[in-house]
Amino acid sequence: MSEVINPVVLRLTIRATMGRKRALIFAIAPVIMIGVSALLKLAAKSPVWPPEFLGVFGFTVVVPLTALIIGTSVLGAEIDDSSAISLLATPIRRSTVVLTKFVAATIITVIFAAVGEFLAGAIATGPGSKLAIGLLAGAVAASVVYNALFVMLSVITSRAIAIGLLYLLVWEGLLGSLVGGVRLLSVDQYALGIANSVAHESQLKAHLTLGTAIGMGVVVTCLALVFAAVRLRSFSLKGDAV
Amino acid sequence: MSSIELRQVSRWYGNVVAVNDVTMTIGPGVTGLLGPNGAGKSTIVHMIAGMLEPSRGELTVAGEPSWHNTPLLSKIGLVLDKDTVYTFLSGTDFVTAIAKLHKLPVPAAAARRAIAIVEMAEFANRRIGTYSKGMVQRIKVAAALVHDPEIIVLDEPFNGMDPRQRLQMMELLNRMGAEGRVILFSSHILEEVERLSGTIQVIVGGRLAASGDFRAIRRLMTSRPHVFVVRSSDDRVLAKALIARQAVTGVDVTPRGLQVRAADYGTFTRELAGVSRDEGVRLRELLPADESLESVFSYLVAP
Repeated sequence: MSEVINPVVLRLTIRATMGRKRALIFAIAPVIMIGVSALLKLAAKSPVWPPEFLGVFGFTVVVPLTALIIGTSVLGAEIDDSSAISLLATPIRRSTVVLTKFVAATIITVIFAAVGEFLAGAIATGPGSKLAIGLLAGAVAASVVYNALFVMLSVITSRAIAIGLLYLLVWEGLLGSLVGGVRLLSVDQYALGIANSVAHESQLKAHLTLGTAIGMGVVVTCLALVFAAVRLRSFSLKGDAV
Repeated sequence: MSSIELRQVSRWYGNVVAVNDVTMTIGPGVTGLLGPNGAGKSTIVHMIAGMLEPSRGELTVAGEPSWHNTPLLSKIGLVLDKDTVYTFLSGTDFVTAIAKLHKLPVPAAAARRAIAIVEMAEFANRRIGTYSKGMVQRIKVAAALVHDPEIIVLDEPFNGMDPRQRLQMMELLNRMGAEGRVILFSSHILEEVERLSGTIQVIVGGRLAASGDFRAIRRLMTSRPHVFVVRSSDDRVLAKALIARQAVTGVDVTPRGLQVRAADYGTFTRELAGVSRDEGVRLRELLPADESLESVFSYLVAP
């Protein structure tokens, strides 16, 4: 019973998540991003739009929102609609459940958002360009960290989407641009730091070095997953309505 | 040792006590946990399932506490009222997946066996989304049985079932109980469980109110005083005939029909048709007037 990822749970989760109507929503933001990139490629005069658009719009809107919808859906939505209970009624370890759900969410997010970033980057500056590869690396990293956070949120609260949105808008969006220290605890900054280490592009407006970005990303991911597993261990059903 | 033991178990939510100082031992065979809605049945079931922590007291399943004890779930089969099932899977896929989660050596064979026990083989390859409520309930029982557990706990297994499905489920529970498994199920409808044999535990207001074997409780149920409203083609003639019967203690003639107080539920309902036929009176309507569950349960609790 020392398995970390359970293949049965992984397969079922990916199937259930892609089968929900939300799967269409996952695709919307990346499709818009790719479409706009294609238009800008044809029409834009300014040479700096690729890092500005794909960095700012991509890393503060497309990747986090996609991860938010998917990360809160793999476990949270199943707890809400009770389909997680048949899984929790088996002797499978709760930490395995959390890790497997996290891996499933990350895989789906990478497919939609990170591959979307890469395609948009490839349209903008070519598939072999440093920018496209940097965007892919940053977006993959962001998919990992965001999903750990959002899976944790969905174990703690049934309002995970609202709280996740608040974090993205207020913490990363507002405070992140005003207060320097906030950036150390902002996932989009980890992603930009990693993207920039490959792309070397000042317009990405990365503030963290590669070492800091990776280090903080790993710490946040691990803490979030451990906390989620601890909370799921004490998963409680509501008894009679009182 | 397969049994479920509760010793002075209580559970509260803030100031509200859901389960109050319950002590019971549930051994092999079928045991019904009965009580009106909100009595604390689900709270007890959830605590036994390890999905709720008792606030106080000791609760063990097969000798081990169930809270924070996921490995114990390999000895228990759970059919919880609230859980839904992935509707995109077929019955076979679902039960096989659960068998794999239990790490059974041959999941497909275990799934086939469990599906045969609940008599779902015929429908096992259909998507669960196309199942009736009774079929979903049976496939959930198959999933709970797939690892051949000694202890099976079912929360409101009869909910939403039609009488035929209910009968099948009762037969299934009886069969599993006769095999020596510990079967605990909850229900809020006493009449639902008429065909089950075994013991029952009655929970009212979070407390254990009565316990005993099914037959004794059933006798109490059917011989309890009862008020019926009867409408017929000639109420006064029927009233005269009814008041002569032992089972009837009083009759009121009201504009909506006769209000009959029966001393004995079973005897009265058996005799009514004969009496009206003998008098040449046509029965139009027979309604139990005080059939609220609370009244039934409070009657059981009172003596």
